[in-house]
Amino acid sequence: MTQRDVDSEAPDRLFLITGGRHQAQDNEIDPVALVVSECEPSANMQSEHAQILRICRHPTAAVELSADLNLPVSVTRLLLRDLLDRGAITVRHPPVGTANAGQAPHPAPETLKQVLDALQRL
Amino acid sequence: MPSNVSDPAADSRPPLLDTASQGLKIVIVGGFGVGKTTMVGSVSEIRPVRTEETMTEASAGIDDASRVQDKVTTTAAFDFGRITLDERQVLYLFGAPGQQRFWFLWDQLFVGSLGAVVLVDTRRLADSWYSIDRLEYHGTPFVVAVNRFDDGPDLDQVRDALDLSAGVPLVDCDARQRQSCTSVLITLIKHLQDLYAQPPVPEGMS
Repeated sequence: MTQRDVDSEAPDRLFLITGGRHQAQDNEIDPVALVVSECEPSANMQSEHAQILRICRHPTAAVELSADLNLPVSVTRLLLRDLLDRGAITVRHPPVGTANAGQAPHPAPETLKQVLDALQRL
Repeated sequence: MPSNVSDPAADSRPPLLDTASQGLKIVIVGGFGVGKTTMVGSVSEIRPVRTEETMTEASAGIDDASRVQDKVTTTAAFDFGRITLDERQVLYLFGAPGQQRFWFLWDQLFVGSLGAVVLVDTRRLADSWYSIDRLEYHGTPFVVAVNRFDDGPDLDQVRDALDLSAGVPLVDCDARQRQSCTSVLITLIKHLQDLYAQPPVPEGMS
């Protein structure tokens, strides 16, 4: 079923890159999560994986990778998930907000203070 | 496509600092042509970059029974820029079209944002209604910035027309001016501080 959807709706390139998998089921890798390579690309690697490893020699946000690879963010997340599962990258996740029961998480006061100070210095 | 958006393939953006460990995000939403990309570009340290998100409607929570035959892929482009705040933190600014048909993409992409700026053009205030509703529904804090193209209704009139509650900051801005855009972001962060400071959050309780 999944394959049929991708076949009928999405460009072939995306189908090939993701191996026909559907959009990311988990959204663990945030668009602004910072990705760092933990190894060098190898010769037998899927080219997108190799490209990610090259770019992420410096920390790079998932959304920047999406632009670099010219792929939708959701597809980029799938590729990152592959690499993360293999230990080929590490991911520096955005800070998790704090929340009381029934409240949306919100950023730590120190984070806001740091952002404010930095913006005021601009 | 606005001409100040760089071609991702041809782009040579400077990398982040190796010490960068925390990505933060603020979303700038607004109608077509209101100046979202201009605003991103005014404060960003890189030229605004365009990328896209794509998703099928099923991912947006259409029920199982209707899933197979009704699945449609939606693709929407958005722009982003960034500001390195210090050796650890980098703030990403996303400029996203606020039309109703794109919001199910943004809901997933922009979850966890510090907050949002709703950029409005007083000649097309109705373009912002849906975005404001959606942000309120999700409890995402926001400020409203009027990108002044010419003389228009004053802020009180805009507040009435948008039916904004008194607690939502409403400011004028010029999306082309770095200082003006920075000031909008500062207004947002101060708004967040006020919002989270009251009522006081009990320490260590959950």
